[in-house]
Amino acid sequence: MTERFQYDNRIVKNFLFVTILWGIVGMLVGLIIATQMVAQNTPPDAWYYWIVRPFTWLGELEWTKFGRLRPLHTNAVIFAFVGNAIFAGAYYSLQRLLKARMFSDALSAIHFWGWQLIIVLAAVTLPLGMTTGKEYAELEWPIDILITLIWVVFGVNMFGTIVKRRERHLYVAIWFYIATWVTVAMLHIVNSIELPISLTKSYSWYAGVQDALVQWWYGHNAVAFFLTTPFLGLMYYFLPKAANRPVYSYKLSIIHFWALIFLYIWAGPHHLIYSALPDWAQSLGTVFSIMLIAPSWGGMLNGLLTLRGAWDRVREDPVLKFMVVAITAYGMSTLEGPLLSTKFLNGIAHFTDWIIAHVHIGGIGWNGFLTFALVYWLVPRMYGTKLYSVKLANAHFWIGTLGIVFYAIPLYFAGFFQSLMWKQFTPDGFLVYKNFLDTLLQIKYAYWLRALGGLLYLIGAFIMVYNVVKTVKAGRLIANEDAEAPALEKNAPEEAGGYWHRWIERRPFQMLLLSLVLVAIGGIFEMVPTFLVKSNIPTIASVKPYTPLELHGRDIYVREGCYTCHSQMIRPFRSETERYGEYAKAGEFIYDHPFQWGSKRTGPDLLRQGGKYPHSWHYYHMYDPTSMSPGSLMPPYHHLYEHALDTTTTRAKIEAMRTMGVPYDEEPYGPGFAERANAHLSEQSAVIVAGLKKDGIEAQADKEIIALIAYLQRLGTDIKVKETAATR
Amino acid sequence: MSVIFLLIAASTVVALVFLGLFVRAVRSGQFDDDRSPAVRMLNDHAPAPRAAEAPSTNETTDR
Repeated sequence: MTERFQYDNRIVKNFLFVTILWGIVGMLVGLIIATQMVAQNTPPDAWYYWIVRPFTWLGELEWTKFGRLRPLHTNAVIFAFVGNAIFAGAYYSLQRLLKARMFSDALSAIHFWGWQLIIVLAAVTLPLGMTTGKEYAELEWPIDILITLIWVVFGVNMFGTIVKRRERHLYVAIWFYIATWVTVAMLHIVNSIELPISLTKSYSWYAGVQDALVQWWYGHNAVAFFLTTPFLGLMYYFLPKAANRPVYSYKLSIIHFWALIFLYIWAGPHHLIYSALPDWAQSLGTVFSIMLIAPSWGGMLNGLLTLRGAWDRVREDPVLKFMVVAITAYGMSTLEGPLLSTKFLNGIAHFTDWIIAHVHIGGIGWNGFLTFALVYWLVPRMYGTKLYSVKLANAHFWIGTLGIVFYAIPLYFAGFFQSLMWKQFTPDGFLVYKNFLDTLLQIKYAYWLRALGGLLYLIGAFIMVYNVVKTVKAGRLIANEDAEAPALEKNAPEEAGGYWHRWIERRPFQMLLLSLVLVAIGGIFEMVPTFLVKSNIPTIASVKPYTPLELHGRDIYVREGCYTCHSQMIRPFRSETERYGEYAKAGEFIYDHPFQWGSKRTGPDLLRQGGKYPHSWHYYHMYDPTSMSPGSLMPPYHHLYEHALDTTTTRAKIEAMRTMGVPYDEEPYGPGFAERANAHLSEQSAVIVAGLKKDGIEAQADKEIIALIAYLQRLGTDIKVKETAATR
Repeated sequence: MSVIFLLIAASTVVALVFLGLFVRAVRSGQFDDDRSPAVRMLNDHAPAPRAAEAPSTNETTDR
């Protein structure tokens, strides 16, 4: 019997329009920080001073420095721009592939508004410095909980639609959406286990190497299951639709789906090559990354070959043009990724702008261009009209493509050359570029070109906005689109009586799986605290917990996002040990909740910063970096000299650390230390203030800068203590 | 490095979930036909106009 029903286009339209809105916001923040990165501290006599002034002025404010805006940029483009695009595309294609309206209009609305609330909360909290300090997972614990809830709403809505479908076969795109939902749920929960101190502050439950492993297991799979699998699902729906021809090989799509999801999850450690992570874990990451080439390219080829014999249409249709570049960019970055996870290339590329170029090929090439294609294809259809201007869409395509080229190519050069400069020795065996800043100033031209590339890309997006507005005005939203399909034939015996328990009885396998999942979740929450606390037993005797003042200083370091430009991970290369000091050991990081290894060096590594310079150097440098390093691109941190350190949380912080197994009840602190922590803190600040006084600086002991100096002077010194002890 | 057990456990559970879904999908004949699904998804023919007694077809708004 044929049933009549209606597709919900309004929810698709809502998600699509916020995709455009947040996309522009995220790209604009990207352009701001790209400009800050090259133009911060521009002297007033430079001819371009007033052009870059708005951006460098933001860099002088407390809330809009690079370290706080960079997490905002990444969160906005990943979770707001790409996230909403996923939901728009999935809500459109799911309904049509399943021949059913979404399970519940109310859930759709909760999903939509909940997700926008999360984005707004992120946009407020990140500039305020509320961050967990873990890349792409910076949002604090209350928002983490909200994300989980909204994700469940999305899941119920999706699976509900699948259950009430009128098409027995699940098209391959739906498999990609299912994998996305399941895996992102798990990744988000495992990586976000944290101990709250207050509503706006928490500590990662994991420490040091463990935290790094969990974080990049999450981080890499965020790339895999948020930026890749859902977009492959979108590709498998919208590419055949736009080209009006079936996908090249349906069989290949099935094979590449299952291969992809089974391989991806193990590739995370390739973000930690040459780090203090055990070598076998690094190698595991490399092996799985290389294997990933096969399924990734299976997907790319399947996409491109779908257009065989239809390339003449690509010449005319901007939607297909965007798709071709998107899929090509996907192919390039999924070949480059595995290559970068080999030790040889990773030794060159890691910590440099090469990686930034790589992720933007994926981000603005694959995700951005496929999203634009979706917009140009969906808006006219849902408004029952034609695209306002194909010419403008073509202009967007070319200006956007040029933007990608200008963005990526200079950064590839920059990354490669800076890395070579870091590693270059004179014939006598000394570093050629002793001063890190010299290598950075050499690649400034590339940063200018990158900002130009970003600007072009953003201009393209604005052209799209104009085109969309004009198209929308010319048409009327078909909020509910009529459709009809025969009802799904049900199994006769199943329908007869005792429906729900018969269902389970007939599916012992699913029962088993369900119970396994429940048991695993229970097990995780029981096991994690115990074995992670035990793992904090020091392996290097001289490594001690941070003093209360240092701990506060570390939290300031996290709050300011120092890790977005400075690593704390000296790799075992001679070029690095010569420049920074002894290479990093796993045992040094056991009290680091969260770890702060970083992933990019715009400034030098800070792991062995302690004791390198006097207190006064840091005091002057943080107020005006160019006073100590002429030409420095680091923003000034005046607010640290104005804000008093909040010592009311000291006790809670020490107690939280105790809970996670940091031995504050042992030497040199002793039982009941949380009570005496603030007294200890005052003593240490007094010592630093006295040290500053010797250099003629009158500093106030209660300011945040004192805590930060205490932390910076502690960094990496525990190992030095051990070495002197050994030589004695 | 004990956290690796947590990651292995979590990853394996998800892998098993996927394996289960895969086995179930194969058994229920999801992958028996590897040609027609690719073609069928292209056909979204709009329904024939409704009979006179039915209310107006498209509930449209211009927002």
